[in-house]
Amino acid sequence: MTRWVLRAVMAFGLFFIYAPLLLVLVNSFNGDRTFGWPPHDFTTQWWSAAWRNGGARDALWTSVKAGLGATAIALVLGTMVAFAVQRFKFFGRDTVSLLVVLPIALPGIVTGIALDSAWRSVVAPLGLGKGLFSVIVGHATFCVVTVYNNVLARLRRSGVNLEEASADLGASPAQTFRYITFPMLRSALLAGGLLAFALSFDEIIVTTFTAGPGIQTLPIWIFNNLFRPNQAPVVNVVAAVLIVLSVLPVWLAQRVAGPEAGASRT
Amino acid sequence: MRTPAIHLSGLRKSFGAVEAVAGIDLEIDDGEFFSMLGPSGSGKTTVLRLIAGFDRPTAGTVSLSGREVTKLPPYERDVNTVFQDYALFPHLSVIENVEYGLKVRKVPRKQRRERAEQALAAVRLADFGARRPRAMSGGQRQRVALARALVNRPKVLLLDEPLGALDLKLREQMQVELKQIQRDVGITFVFVTHDQDEALTMSDRVAVFEAGRIAQVGTPEEVYERPASPFVAGFVGTSNLLTGAAARTVVGRDGTFSVRPEKITIGAEGAPGTVSEVIYAGPVTRFVVDLDAGARMVVVEQNRRAGKAQRGDRVQLTWQQEHVIEIGGDRAA
Repeated sequence: MTRWVLRAVMAFGLFFIYAPLLLVLVNSFNGDRTFGWPPHDFTTQWWSAAWRNGGARDALWTSVKAGLGATAIALVLGTMVAFAVQRFKFFGRDTVSLLVVLPIALPGIVTGIALDSAWRSVVAPLGLGKGLFSVIVGHATFCVVTVYNNVLARLRRSGVNLEEASADLGASPAQTFRYITFPMLRSALLAGGLLAFALSFDEIIVTTFTAGPGIQTLPIWIFNNLFRPNQAPVVNVVAAVLIVLSVLPVWLAQRVAGPEAGASRT
Repeated sequence: MRTPAIHLSGLRKSFGAVEAVAGIDLEIDDGEFFSMLGPSGSGKTTVLRLIAGFDRPTAGTVSLSGREVTKLPPYERDVNTVFQDYALFPHLSVIENVEYGLKVRKVPRKQRRERAEQALAAVRLADFGARRPRAMSGGQRQRVALARALVNRPKVLLLDEPLGALDLKLREQMQVELKQIQRDVGITFVFVTHDQDEALTMSDRVAVFEAGRIAQVGTPEEVYERPASPFVAGFVGTSNLLTGAAARTVVGRDGTFSVRPEKITIGAEGAPGTVSEVIYAGPVTRFVVDLDAGARMVVVEQNRRAGKAQRGDRVQLTWQQEHVIEIGGDRAA
């Protein structure tokens, strides 16, 4: 009896989360411009319209670049911090760990405002105005944590035994990193990187505050076109693409990292 | 005189305020099976790590075959280690694990594969090369770890409680195998254990560790029959200490004495006492006897006859004079 109630509750919960997403996917093929429900006829014209839409394509490309950039920074910094925190003892170690994790919990709007004013008052006078790079830096602030968490968990679990064994067998530190440490971290890096990319890809708040003129990521493009009635079908298609593109890396990340995969932003 | 395989001189190691190794001088001969025996926290594993080079001593030196290596990193020392948890590389197959040491030393591929296969065959795992360590039992992993270390033909093999994770049967079997392998390859083995039986059965010599120092070094027989301190007597076997008044009454003079349980017989004459515990253990029975003179003695008798003493019985204990060990002194009292 309890079992059936629990199952029903779970089904309802999952339905509540995924039905609207499914609706977006279905509507992207809905022949009716005002999305009458149930759909009367099936069409792919919105998909081809979206494909021809230069704004959407530019925005997609910008998002990919921003995501890759933020992921690259996150991989390097996240790994380095994880090593520092896990392998060395130093003053303020716990504080550093907290400071790295904090941006994921900070409201995006606060991060956004802070980055905006910092960029305008400190970086811009140095000759580097806001543009794609500022978006990448903004995203990296909260992407670092996904890599950090994944790498830290891996380092914690595997300990230093394997590296000691490698050194004991005659491997130099460089050989140990190449043959033992890196392969050990590979799946954690992949999982952390994929999550970082997914986080960056659908970010809108921090992006709004850090994007320079003319820089439009996909989520921002959607937001700007959402309330233009004649763009609505195309927005639907783009949203559908976003769903697929976001699900993919997260699904992959879960598969490579197993259950300990790191934090998500929402 | 031959150069010892390992020479430790004035070795000390502190971790913060804790002195894990508090001054050790030791020579281990070439080809010796040497055990470091002691309770956990007595510093034996730390000494092993200092020899391997994972830790640097606070003071003192480590020499291998006459060459001082105190400041050298592990990968520049001609020793290999079999770790307690084996530390096999999970992402490499068994054969890749075994040839790892040869690979990082740039031994040509064909040659290293050959040697790795020989090493696997030597530990009777010839057909297991393609497996992952995960897919093997504890005893098999242990042998892979052994092959991975021996394939490099080190001068010294360090073993850190390598049998600790195995069940009793497998343990006893591996003890025999290890000893055979050591005899075959003729490499110096330094074997860390907290198990006195293991140390006594396998070793040429044993060092008993107590609180970061060596309490006694000697052959298993010396350590067992002539313990240098009450600690050694108690850690290696059951000590049955007689001190103070009990020593005066039972032995007839002052001092600290010990009689091993298997040397005592329950008979019709001797020191009187009361049986306080009877523990049946298959081939033998252990009796705990409280002597009237004020000492508690453990007696081990083989289960050859019926009609054993019962709990609460009054008994008398006898032993031969030559089996009374005076601790810290000469053998017979």
